[in-house]
Amino acid sequence: MDSELIWRIAGGSGDGIVSTSDNFGKAIMRSGLNVFTHRHYPSRIRGGHTYAEIRAGPTELKSRGDGYNFLLALGDSFGRNQKIDSAYYGNERIKPLTENLYDLHNGGVIVYDTGIIDIEDVPDFSEQVAENNWHVYPIDLRSIAKEEGRDIMRNTAGIGATAALLEMELAPIEALMKAAMKGPIFEQNLTILRNTYSMVADTFEFTHDIRFPSGEHNETQALVSGSHAIAYAALDEGCRFIAGYPMTPWTAAFTIMCGILPDVGGISEQVEDEIAAAALAIGASHAGVKAMSGSAGGGFSLMSEPLGLAEMVEQPIVLLEAQRAGPATGMPTKTEQADLEHVLYTSQGDSTRIVLAPGDPEEAYEQTRMAFQIAYGYNIPVILLYDQKLGAELRNIPLSFFDRDPDPSMPGTIPESDLIDAPHHPSGKYHRYNYDAKDGVSLRSIPGQKHGRFHASGNEHTQEGHISEDPINRVLQMDRRRSKIAAIRTYLDAQNVSNNTPYGPLSSPYGILTWGSNKGTVEEAVDRLNSSGTPLVKALSVSDLCPFPTQEVTSFVESVSKILVVEMNATGQFQGLVKQQLGAYGDKLYGLLKYDGNPFEPAEIVAGFEEKIMGEN
Amino acid sequence: MNTTFSAIGENRTVDANEFTPEIEPQPTWCPGCGDFAVLNALKKAVSEVGRSPEEVLLVTGVGCSSKISSYFECYGFHSLHGRSLPIARAAKLANPDLLVIAAGGDGDGYGIGGNHFMHTARENHDIVYIVFNNEVFGLTKGQASPTSLKGHKSKEQPLGSAKDPIRPLSMGLAAGASYIARTAAVNPSQAKDILVEAIQHEGFAHIDFLTQCPTWNKDAKQYVPYVDVQKSEEYDFDPSNRVQAAQMMYETETSLSEGKILTGRYFIDDRPSYQQEKIARGSMPKDPLAYRYTDEKYSWERSFDYVENRHT
Repeated sequence: MDSELIWRIAGGSGDGIVSTSDNFGKAIMRSGLNVFTHRHYPSRIRGGHTYAEIRAGPTELKSRGDGYNFLLALGDSFGRNQKIDSAYYGNERIKPLTENLYDLHNGGVIVYDTGIIDIEDVPDFSEQVAENNWHVYPIDLRSIAKEEGRDIMRNTAGIGATAALLEMELAPIEALMKAAMKGPIFEQNLTILRNTYSMVADTFEFTHDIRFPSGEHNETQALVSGSHAIAYAALDEGCRFIAGYPMTPWTAAFTIMCGILPDVGGISEQVEDEIAAAALAIGASHAGVKAMSGSAGGGFSLMSEPLGLAEMVEQPIVLLEAQRAGPATGMPTKTEQADLEHVLYTSQGDSTRIVLAPGDPEEAYEQTRMAFQIAYGYNIPVILLYDQKLGAELRNIPLSFFDRDPDPSMPGTIPESDLIDAPHHPSGKYHRYNYDAKDGVSLRSIPGQKHGRFHASGNEHTQEGHISEDPINRVLQMDRRRSKIAAIRTYLDAQNVSNNTPYGPLSSPYGILTWGSNKGTVEEAVDRLNSSGTPLVKALSVSDLCPFPTQEVTSFVESVSKILVVEMNATGQFQGLVKQQLGAYGDKLYGLLKYDGNPFEPAEIVAGFEEKIMGEN
Repeated sequence: MNTTFSAIGENRTVDANEFTPEIEPQPTWCPGCGDFAVLNALKKAVSEVGRSPEEVLLVTGVGCSSKISSYFECYGFHSLHGRSLPIARAAKLANPDLLVIAAGGDGDGYGIGGNHFMHTARENHDIVYIVFNNEVFGLTKGQASPTSLKGHKSKEQPLGSAKDPIRPLSMGLAAGASYIARTAAVNPSQAKDILVEAIQHEGFAHIDFLTQCPTWNKDAKQYVPYVDVQKSEEYDFDPSNRVQAAQMMYETETSLSEGKILTGRYFIDDRPSYQQEKIARGSMPKDPLAYRYTDEKYSWERSFDYVENRHT
C-alpha cells in the first residue's frame, strides 16, 4: 500500500527539526515528487517533543495523509550534556519512540539515534516491533556528527541514513546544503551526510520494502506555506504597510512581510499591542497606503475595537486571523477553527465586514488578493480567516502560478482631479459618505488632496462626516453601509471561479460540507469513499463566510439526502452558521468535530462519514 | 509640488479664519470651558506656520475635547476613545508631508490610551499631541480622571478619590517625548507660541494643556494665577538638560495639587524623529509612500521574484 513516503523526523525543539525537514522537503520536490508537510511542536524554545512530517509521492497530495511509514527518531537532545538527567522532564528523550508510535504503518521503518536513545528505556519496544513488522535500524548518529563536526549535525547524519535506506540520490540534498551553508560548516555537513550514507548502505542488510518513489514534474515547482501565499499576494496587491504584534501562528506571515517590505520601499511596524496594530493599519490606509494587520484569535480580540471603527469610517484594511486552539492562551501551537463566530460577530453594533477562509495555499493567494481588491474597492474591512494548519503546511505549487501582474490600484478612492466636481457640502467639505453612492461605495479622498477635506468619525455622521443623531440620516447611512455586503455578494457571484469548491461526483447521494483548511483532507476522504466506482459522496468547501454563499450552499444541500459537516471546533460553529443562513435543512446536517489540537487525517473523515452518515442513527 | 496631493506645500498666506468650519462654527462646549482656548490657539498657530486646512490631519479620541476635530476645518478624524495616537503616527509614516496633530482629553491620553502614549513618545514620531487636561471626565459627568486630585468627589467616588494624580509631564519625559510643555487656557498667547514650537519641532511634541471644566471640576477653578517658568525669576533650569527638566516637572506637578499653576517649556531634545531613524536604516522610503499609488511611472515589485529565489 505504500507507494508513497510519509517521513517523520522527531526530536526536541531547538534540534533543527524544522530547518532540516524544510530542506529535505525541497530536495524531495526537486527530485520530482509532490510534497505535503505537517508540523507538530510545543510552545517552548528548547526541548519538548516536536516532529515534522513530509508526505511525498508522484500523485497530487491534498493532506498530511494517515500516520507515517518512516520514522527518523533523533531523540530530544535538550539536556545537551547527556549526563544530566534532570535536564529532562519525564521520558522526553525517548518520546519519538513512545508518542504516536502506533501511527507508524505496518511494515514501517524506524531509524533511531543510539547516541541519545537507550532502547531499553522504551517500554515493550521489541514486542511492538514484532507485532507491526517494523524494520529497525539503530545508528549512532550523534557520534558520526561529533566525529566530523558538532552534536547538532546529527540531523544531517539522519538525512544521510534516510537517503541510504530509501536508495535516494544525494545530489538534490547536497545542492540545497550548498546553497544554505558555507565554509567549514558546509564541508562538515557534507562529510557527515556522505559518511552516514555509505556506512548505512555498507553495514545494513535492508529488510524493508519502502523505497524513494519515482516521479517527475513537467514544470518548476515552488514549496510554499499558506503564510507565504498570503504574504506574496499582499505584496502583489501593492500592500506596503503592515503593523502587528507577535502571536503564533500569525507571526509567520508577519515575519515574511517584515523581511521583504524594506526591499520594496514599504514599512513594517511591530507595535505595543493589537489595538494599536489595527489602528496603525487604519491610519496608514487613511493617508493613502494599502495597509494590513493581523493576529491570532487572542490579538484579534483586541482588534475588535478598531475593526468596528474601520466599519464605521469605511476605512479599507485587510486583517489576518490565524486561528489556534483557544480559549484564552489555549494551545498556542496547535490548530483549531473555533474563531469563526469571534471573527464574524466581534465588536459592537451591526457589523459590516467581509470574511474569507481559504482552503489551501493557492486559495490563500487568490483570496488574499481578492481581500485587498474588495477592501480597497468597496472601502470596507476584510478579514482573512485561516489557521495554524494552513499557515504552516508546506506544499508544492507550480512556480508559474505566481507569474502574475501586480495590482496596487485602489478603486475606492477619488482622484484629486475629480474632486472639484464631486458632491460637497456648501461649506466646502467633500461628501465622503454620499447617500446616493453606487453599490453604497462612496469614494474616499485622501488627506493632502485639494477639495477633499472631510470628517471621519466613529460616531454616526452626515454625508461630509460630521456627527449626527438625526434618525433619517442614521437609517440612510446604515442602509448604505450594509448595502455594500449585497453588492460584494454579487461581485463574488460574478467571478469566473467561485471561492467555494465543489468536489466529487455530482450525482452522489450524500455530501460533506466543510470550510477553510480542511478542504484537501476532505477531498482525499471523498476520493477514498468513492473508490469503488459508484458515486457515494461529494463535498463543498466553503471560503465565503461573509457574505455567505447562500445559493451555492442551498443547492448543494438540496442535492443530497444527508450531509457531514466537518470542522475543527467543539461547538459546530460552521454548522450553526449554515443553519442560520439557510433557515432550513437542519435535520440533514451531522457534525464531525475535532478539537484535540491536531488536524483531521483523511481516514478519520472516512470513519466519521461511515459512522454518522452510513451508520444507523 | 505633488500634482495629485496639491494641497501639500502650497505656498500661500493662510488666515486663521480658514480653520473655522462653516458647518459647526460654534463648538458645543459649555460656556467658560477651557477647550475654546485650545481651538483658538491652534487656529492661530497652524496659520502662523503657513499650513492650510487640507494639508492638516487632526486625529482625536473621544470625549468633550476630542470634538475639536468637528470645530477645526481640515481633514479630521474623530476616532475611538484613547486611540488617536496609533492612527496619527501611521498616517504620518504613510505621508510625512502632512501636518499630523493628535488631540484628546486626559482620560483619553493618560488613562485608556496610556499604552499608546508611552510608545508613541518612546518612538518619537514627528507629530503634535495636545492633551486637554481638565483633571476630570467631562462627557460622562464628573468621574475622577487619571489627573484628578486625591479626594476628588463624584457619584462614582462618593468618599473622594483615594488615588494620587499621575504625573503627565514626567511620564512624557520617561517615555521619550522630545518636546514637552504645559500651557493653560487662560494664557492664550503662551499657548499659541508653544503650539507653533511644537509643530515646528521634529519629533514627538507633548503638550499638556490645562483646560478648566467649569461644569464638573469646581476644584480646579480657572488655573490662575499662572506662572511661566521661563519668564519667572523664581525658576532657573535648562530644558535641554534631562535631569533639570525632570526636577522642574516634578515641582510643577506637585505644585498643581497645591493650587500653584506652573507652565512653560519643560524639555526640548534634538534626538532624531522616528521617521528619520527609519529612513536612515532603510526601513522607510525617503519619498512619501502615499504618493507612490498615484505615480504612474512606478514599477511595482512582484512576488514572483521572491518565490523563484526562495522556494524552488
